[in-house]
Amino acid sequence: MKKEIICTVCPRGCRILAEGDGEKVLTAEGYSCKRGLEYANTEYAHPVRILTTTVKLAGVQNDLLPVRSNKPLPKEKLFACMEIIRATAVEAPVKCYDVIIPDICGCGVDIVATKTVEA
Amino acid sequence: MYNVMCDVAIIGGGPAGLAAAIAAKEEGAEKVLILERDNALGGILQQCIHPGFGLTRFKEELTGPEYYGRFVDRAKELGVEYMLGTMVLEVNHENNEILCTSSQYGLTCLQAKSIILAMGCRERTRAGIVVPGTRPAGLYTAGSAQRLVNRQNIMVGKKVVILGSGDIGMIMARRMSLEGAKVVMVVELMDYLAGLTRNRVQCLDDFGIPLKLAHTITRIEGNERVTGVWVAPVDEKKQPIAEKQEFVECDTVLFSVGLLPENELTRKAGIAINPITNGPSVNQYMQTSAPSVFACGNVVHVNDLVDNVSQESAQAGKYAALYAMGKLNARQNTVTCVTGRNVRYLCPQTIDANQPDGKVSVFFRVLQPEQNVRLVARCGDDVIYTHKEFRVNPGEMNHVNIETVKLTGDTVTVEVIKEGE
Repeated sequence: MKKEIICTVCPRGCRILAEGDGEKVLTAEGYSCKRGLEYANTEYAHPVRILTTTVKLAGVQNDLLPVRSNKPLPKEKLFACMEIIRATAVEAPVKCYDVIIPDICGCGVDIVATKTVEA
Repeated sequence: MYNVMCDVAIIGGGPAGLAAAIAAKEEGAEKVLILERDNALGGILQQCIHPGFGLTRFKEELTGPEYYGRFVDRAKELGVEYMLGTMVLEVNHENNEILCTSSQYGLTCLQAKSIILAMGCRERTRAGIVVPGTRPAGLYTAGSAQRLVNRQNIMVGKKVVILGSGDIGMIMARRMSLEGAKVVMVVELMDYLAGLTRNRVQCLDDFGIPLKLAHTITRIEGNERVTGVWVAPVDEKKQPIAEKQEFVECDTVLFSVGLLPENELTRKAGIAINPITNGPSVNQYMQTSAPSVFACGNVVHVNDLVDNVSQESAQAGKYAALYAMGKLNARQNTVTCVTGRNVRYLCPQTIDANQPDGKVSVFFRVLQPEQNVRLVARCGDDVIYTHKEFRVNPGEMNHVNIETVKLTGDTVTVEVIKEGE
């Protein structure tokens, strides 16, 4: 099975043509570096994405804390993770990289703060 | 009137201002003061909660807040000072004065030995592109929507059409989708993507959002709130083909139709503006036509990557500091950079050929996308720099590297040549 994958590792956006058996890449062409090849291998079978969003900061009207997944999440789990994050509120103080939601959706990925907020 | 003095004054505490402040301090400037109109430092990166920053600079993929956080920490470490909630009204470089105001201090006069303009840019609006139709609620520039969603916890709409395939529009397509909105389509006037390919993949393809190239919005409908837009394909002259227009229902329209460097202060100060970039003309020191005024970041030319902004801004900071310390020589031997084939603009626009360790990166954007090309810098017929590029497009900035020692004559031309020609 062939897939055209546009690499997103760096702004170059190499177009990689990957051919495989649906689960694993057997041949690939069009990548310009090792990271691109690794990306194509993952993207082919199990695409992953970094999730970024905001979490309500309790106690301050409309105040938000930006958060991110510390590692990429399976693409198909993004909306389920968003539901959990939307139901979460945090209290200041928060330090950048504090874990807000550990092991979200059982994926082994934490949702962490990307900003430090004083009390 | 509240009076303050400093060595280097920086207008804008976003990524450009922060990088410039750090470089000014590292070069030895004593008092470096940032004037920021928002109630916090970080500028536009405060609302850019998505990743994609720092790939070249930190070799990591950071979100906006993480990126500016590092600069704020370093700036504080170095003793950079800042005034928040402070709006600059006037730059009077002949008197080395900046007039600004804040609720804390009222009207303030700041005396500075050198000034760095880092005001960033504004978005082009619906009015700016004169889209016909009614003027209902539900119309936002993509960046305003981003601020409302990411900093004020306000969901701007449920069924969205986005005009413009620039990065901000695509990123908001993803953001709105993740927050439960339906993004019906992204409409793009040109027949190519305006922003980074990476964003098309992660923001549109991932969410099954159609991209309509060579299309535009011809009319907006809705009385109190937008009810839909008419979308039509365009011909080679970018004129809508009326017979093929279709009505698309939506309750929100986001406009991602271009960024304009914010140079109201620059113009008022009588500083020379480049008509293509709409930013001040600068040399490789990021010095404007006023010797004590420097500029960096999107106020000079709109950038794609903040990593580049940080680099250019460090230049501005370094040389503004040297100027404040009386160590920057008056400009002599100015070489003008000339746009050649398929080059829309250059930055810097002039080069001081007497720069001691003279290595200058001249950044530019192409007019048309092309493949298999050579980027060339030449003085007359002498090629002084060249390298190959597989693909160039207006949405991704390019550069050539020039050694000042190789400059002969008063001009250097930067051009894009098709391989084999």
